[in-house]
Amino acid sequence: MSEAARDARPLLFPQAARLALADPQLRANIRLATTTIRAKRAAVVSELPDWEQLREAGQAIKDRALHGLDELLVELEAAVTRAGGTVHWARDAEEANRVVVDLVRATGADEVVKVKSLTTDEIRLNDALQAGGVRAIETDLAELIVQLAGERPSHLLVPAIHKNRTEIRDLFRERLGRPDLSDDPHELAEAARLHLRAAFLRARVAISGLNFAVAETGTCCVVESEGNGRMCLTLPETLITVMGIEKVISRWDDLGVLLQLLPRSSTGERMNPYTSLWTGVRAGDGPRAFHLVLLDAGRTRVLADPEGRPALRCIRCSACLNICPVYKQTGGHAYHTVYAGPIGAILQPQLSGETGQAATLPFASSLCGACYEVCPVKIDIPRILVHERAKAVRAEAQGLEGVGLRFLARVFSQRRRYERAQRLGRALQRPVVRNGHVRWFVGPLKGWGLSRELPALPQQTFREWWEQRERGT
Amino acid sequence: MPAATPTAWQPSGAGRWPTPSVALFVTCLGDTLFPDVGKATVTVLERLGITVEFPLEQTCCGQMHLNAGYADEARALGERMERVFAGHELIVSPSASCVAHVREHMPGLAGRVHELSELLVDRLGVEDLGASYTGSVTYHPSCHSLRLLHLGDRPLRLLRAVRGLELHELPEAAECCGFGGTFAVKNADVSSAMLADKLASVEATGAGAVCACDSSCLMHIGGGLERRRAPVRALHLAEILAQ
Repeated sequence: MSEAARDARPLLFPQAARLALADPQLRANIRLATTTIRAKRAAVVSELPDWEQLREAGQAIKDRALHGLDELLVELEAAVTRAGGTVHWARDAEEANRVVVDLVRATGADEVVKVKSLTTDEIRLNDALQAGGVRAIETDLAELIVQLAGERPSHLLVPAIHKNRTEIRDLFRERLGRPDLSDDPHELAEAARLHLRAAFLRARVAISGLNFAVAETGTCCVVESEGNGRMCLTLPETLITVMGIEKVISRWDDLGVLLQLLPRSSTGERMNPYTSLWTGVRAGDGPRAFHLVLLDAGRTRVLADPEGRPALRCIRCSACLNICPVYKQTGGHAYHTVYAGPIGAILQPQLSGETGQAATLPFASSLCGACYEVCPVKIDIPRILVHERAKAVRAEAQGLEGVGLRFLARVFSQRRRYERAQRLGRALQRPVVRNGHVRWFVGPLKGWGLSRELPALPQQTFREWWEQRERGT
Repeated sequence: MPAATPTAWQPSGAGRWPTPSVALFVTCLGDTLFPDVGKATVTVLERLGITVEFPLEQTCCGQMHLNAGYADEARALGERMERVFAGHELIVSPSASCVAHVREHMPGLAGRVHELSELLVDRLGVEDLGASYTGSVTYHPSCHSLRLLHLGDRPLRLLRAVRGLELHELPEAAECCGFGGTFAVKNADVSSAMLADKLASVEATGAGAVCACDSSCLMHIGGGLERRRAPVRALHLAEILAQ
């Protein structure tokens, strides 16, 4: 399905998952990639004896920042402005896109180079740029692949995780005009490097996101693996950075904790290859104009919910995606959001509201809790999933499920009613049961019957056995 | 030949049981669909000389409702359960997930409720229950037992003390089996895919039985084994310990 078609009617998660499950190549790719990254993460985390303390420190740093978010953003603005940058406040995606497109057009450029940024994906900046006559060139290798293929990323960190090297070779042969390419990874990377080098050298405007913005000093931080970020942040004359407001942290020293947590949790490395830090502009070094766009787009809505707001601690490491047994089966496209996996399931419905397609995301989980164990900032994702489920149930009628569960609660509320229901169940099941098993899966049971047998209700409940025993019969 | 008598628990002359009786919280699923698990739990406890009580007013702890998003209904069921078990100092249940739910959401009962292996190993200090089981078993640690109750190796220690039982380690044991409550039907396709992986792990051990501390997981795994007509039984820990 093309990107545009997929966006036009996002499938509810259960249906989207079913499509993903029918794609063996996708499943094999996801399985291999997540298995590999899980092992790497586990190895580097086990090296640190104080990993749990680091997690608690990371949690505290982000919570403190969220608690004082309004003041920190003002402090950040003052520091960035003092350092020669310009800060813009954007209420929503539309406003942010308008600001960015206007800034780009004011330079006269019709092309920008981009550093991978989920935030810009979230607001569909590339579409807005295109509508404004500006071509956006993704420079992160995986983002380049996804862009060339006309698709959306399927993983926070490894956007092309759904593509293997043969698929990439074919894509490069066609879209980069390189029919000579083999599927050797070195050759593919070199082809991309040559293609991108030309773009870097002619670019006059770069657009990035960021991982952290330090309010104390006005410093922005981008953490990356390939060096394309470094190229984008230093070569062009104008740099525009879009950041969700939850990315601000209070102190420079906070980076010490977060930069230990992030690489180990994301790529399973002790340290990532390129960490770039810049503060405003500096004469003779790097961009001459720096613009920082602060984006709300639903974040204050998340902040307003005390149970849900820990989701804003997220540092976008993707450890939760890699450990999730549901994500392992479906990959990210099934979530139809920029933020997939466990974090997506709690963040997206809070950003956009617990209705429609987003409301199916908190249910895309077996509540196994593996995500909470690996989250570097200790977001209690299972707890928030349950909280979001309750919001979804309150927001929209749940049809037969609501009727059934509410009825069941009434049955459970009185012993005699419950016992009567047990006896009634045994009587009513007779037409659908044979040899002690359900033979005809109706209604909600149809899903169960896809892959499992279901035992019939036994002829005697535990309590009937107990009472019989007590009576001495 | 008389059944082997476990020696760890025999009261010495000076000793006596710390708690003479325990109330059984059998769970709605156990009561209605898996009564053998409750019966086995009673057998295990009575073999140790403990008096088991069964408050007949009990129905459901509300875990499924809470997890499905019906918080008000869950709260009401939780309050009811607190009333039902109010007079009982020690409560045991063969369901790790229900115990985790009670501990998290019912402050009145949190300190008093134990999962079966917790009760046996921690409170009663026994690992050898005089049980024997001829056959190979692999143990699946349910997500709640692993990550919420931190049961650790308690169930394994109990299984290792069972005479004749051959314990096979389950590969990727910590991976969720895919049950997840209403998830099993609301996202039946993904649940089935996760189940397939778990079944592959179980079958790879060559064990004749898979064992767990949660009837919910066992219903799902067992249902999958039966669909495949696999020669592997799904047994609750209590059922093995009662043998």
